[in-house]
Amino acid sequence: MGEHGNEGTQRPSDALEHAGGDAPRYAIDNPGLPPHRPRLADEDPKAAKRAERQVSVLFLISIIGTVVFFIGYFGVGQIGNNESFDVIFLQNLLLGVGTALAMLGIGVGIVHWAKTLMPDHEMVESRHEVRTEADRQVAAGMMQDIIDETQIKRRPLLRNTLIGAAALAPLPFIAVFRDLDNTDNFSDKETENFGVERLRHTMWAEGVRLVRDPTGAPIKASDVTVGSAVHVIPEGLNDLHHGKLNEKAKAVVLLMRLDPAKVKITPGRENWNVDGIFAYSKVCTHVGCPIALYEQHTHHLLCPCHQSTFDLTQECKVIFGPASHALPQLPIAVNDEGFLVAQSDFHEPVGPVYWERG
Amino acid sequence: MSTTVKEFQPATRTGRLANYLDTRVGMSPIVKEFGRKIFPDHWTFMFGEVALYSFVILLLSGAFLTFFFDPSMAHVTYEGAYAPLYGIEMSAAYASTLDISFDIRGGLFMRQLHHWAALLFVAAMSVHMLRVFFTGAFRRPRELNWVVGCGLLMMGWAAGFTGYSLPDEVLSGNGLRIIDGILKSLPLVGSHLSMFLFGGEFPGYSIVGRLYALHIMIVPAVILLLIVIHLFMVVTHKHTQYPGPGRTENNVVGYPVGPVYAAKAGGFFFIVFGVLALMAGTVTINAMWNYGPYDPSPVQAGTQPDWYIGWFDGALRLMPGQIGDFSFLWNIPMPWGSSVSLPMGVLFPLMPVGILILGMIAWPWIEAWVTKDNREHHILDRPRNAPGRTAAGVAGITWYCVMWAAASSDLIATHFQVSLNDVLYLLRVLFFLGPVIAFIVTRRICLSLQRKDRELVLHGHESGVVEMSPEGGFSERHRNLTDYEMYRLVSFESPRPIPATPGRKGKVSTMEKVRASVSRLFFEERVEPVTREELVEAQLDGHHGHGAVEGDQGNQLGH
Repeated sequence: MGEHGNEGTQRPSDALEHAGGDAPRYAIDNPGLPPHRPRLADEDPKAAKRAERQVSVLFLISIIGTVVFFIGYFGVGQIGNNESFDVIFLQNLLLGVGTALAMLGIGVGIVHWAKTLMPDHEMVESRHEVRTEADRQVAAGMMQDIIDETQIKRRPLLRNTLIGAAALAPLPFIAVFRDLDNTDNFSDKETENFGVERLRHTMWAEGVRLVRDPTGAPIKASDVTVGSAVHVIPEGLNDLHHGKLNEKAKAVVLLMRLDPAKVKITPGRENWNVDGIFAYSKVCTHVGCPIALYEQHTHHLLCPCHQSTFDLTQECKVIFGPASHALPQLPIAVNDEGFLVAQSDFHEPVGPVYWERG
Repeated sequence: MSTTVKEFQPATRTGRLANYLDTRVGMSPIVKEFGRKIFPDHWTFMFGEVALYSFVILLLSGAFLTFFFDPSMAHVTYEGAYAPLYGIEMSAAYASTLDISFDIRGGLFMRQLHHWAALLFVAAMSVHMLRVFFTGAFRRPRELNWVVGCGLLMMGWAAGFTGYSLPDEVLSGNGLRIIDGILKSLPLVGSHLSMFLFGGEFPGYSIVGRLYALHIMIVPAVILLLIVIHLFMVVTHKHTQYPGPGRTENNVVGYPVGPVYAAKAGGFFFIVFGVLALMAGTVTINAMWNYGPYDPSPVQAGTQPDWYIGWFDGALRLMPGQIGDFSFLWNIPMPWGSSVSLPMGVLFPLMPVGILILGMIAWPWIEAWVTKDNREHHILDRPRNAPGRTAAGVAGITWYCVMWAAASSDLIATHFQVSLNDVLYLLRVLFFLGPVIAFIVTRRICLSLQRKDRELVLHGHESGVVEMSPEGGFSERHRNLTDYEMYRLVSFESPRPIPATPGRKGKVSTMEKVRASVSRLFFEERVEPVTREELVEAQLDGHHGHGAVEGDQGNQLGH
């Protein structure tokens, strides 16, 4: 068989040397371009005329499309008069269809023109080397002259000081970005509530009442029924003028009630709940999405972003998904008036893990 | 002087204008260079054009949007036309996005055009790169242009993400929150990077303005620069062409720029514009008025990022945070007492992402290292004729697609009514097995297609005409291929595996052993192109009346 005859001789290195293409490389020689086959419009003037008409009709369709656009723009709906949205969507439809016709008419028309009437003979052009050896020699010579004329090789002092200067000069333009985070300048360093340390603290503190998100209504223990989940923020959050969302992003809490007997409670946390009302940070410990889904039958919390699942009966331990540690629990109590209050801040940072978290 | 060139005297008004320009800026050399430049024509060469045109449409529609969008996170009370949000506190960014959609005529159209064009831009770049990859167009001398293309793709992702986050509603806010979480997870610098980006704690008041600067100035400027370099290099290298009759490594066969190519390409711009306009007019995208202003507390289930961000998100979802009681949150005690945290559940998923991106960028050199082929290539490979590369590419795509599918794990679960956990378990298995299976299957398909080509060359097309010989035997008449058909099927190389060779000191290095085993993986099983001898033999066979012999002599497998 033919290829067996080849096997002994055609080693990989040989195969590479065929690049030049002098020896017959393939089973048949390159037969050259196939003969041109004329199109209908090349030979039949009637067909050519027909193609011409088709192209003009397409251009006319484009003109109609532009008109449709203006009808949509000026003729439909005066926005600002509280028109129903149907009008806006109708206008959008007309603008879209009008533009589409205007553009497609031109585009399809030109392409049709090119395909039917413009010559379709394939042409051949030869390739050139990316660079010729002669050019390279000239260029190398020039570069040598340029370098010689600067004298940089002869005068190393110039070179070394230039390198030093050039290495240092960009640094100010990097350092100047330091104040991308300038919030430090305004925060209170006495309380250690600055820099990365801020991530450890939330608005929760002893005696801060738990209120509903977003209304701000305080919550009585008796309001929280078994199976329900209440979205909670600290009292006073809604009154913040500056940085409200920053505080809210850390302080949101989910409040749920279940039979305390079902929960395995770590020693030391026995009094963190109020008769089976548990408060957990709502910020996922994976990358920080709000954990909004509570399945009351299984007592599972699910993060809709990446499906981390936390089990309330195991103190919100991770039972599935990409989060790798439990949700922080907020210790709560009841105050004299019967409202739920925090015992303290969270005992660990909420939300995604960061290097300094420890 | 004995010879004088008679100076051109323009006769028409157009001629005078052209002459004016020519004598000031030198139009003649440009026309001379490009007016009749030849471009090969093939439908797969259009994807890059689609990307370029989408980008032009992005610039046009984006410029319109900048006139109305207010990139500020200052609180305002919404008083626009969209009644369900009337009187609600929100950022100026969200309010102005609503205004664009409901109070500015054509604003909704422009927003949707912009968003659809962005999706198409990245999609067209991706498909264009697949074409370049599977045809081997990245090989010398075009390696650097491949890298520029990779840069364009990544800048496309960046442009998309920064734009997607501007409206400052719940959906994009949660997207940014995920970015914040990923940044914070980075060792040593993570929490500082996050605070630098957001100007303090998340979400702060700076992020929209900063993303806006990136989105409308820095990223598009980089994209424009890369496009210029990209096209400049295309002109320098001239376009590749598919193998076929008349095409050689030393020529370019195709249509001249003027008029055919310019007409087709120019017309195609309008077609892309038209299709995008139709989508913008008829298909709602990012109905951000439904989501409400960003608030760290609410979130929707079943939300999806724009398609090209999906695989990052999916990688995050695939990683288990804990296996049993083993947590991937590693707290490492430091000598000075405190300890530092490494959330490997977030950091590990960055690895497949990084491997795919780096592998993509480095592929031209990886392949040249494996094949030891450093020649210039202007004739493309048909994907089947490079089974190793094609299989590796499909394996990479499979890996990507598993991650991509994982980003929709919840939607897959709800649509097909299966357990969310099972979907993720399956995808975790596929994450490891999928690329391997894809590699094996693709290589087999390539080899089979190559064998089919051999059959065609040696025995011609099946005609469907069954003949009975005088002896009573039945055979099918085959029609021989023309030389033009045949040349396309036989003009390829089938490299053999290159065994490890000793280096200068006579030792076979570990790298060389790795290279040799990859080479074996790629080329051990191979199909030879038909040789002259085989062709002659087959034709003789045919003349003896055995044209229908379905011999297996053509099916040579390796050793």
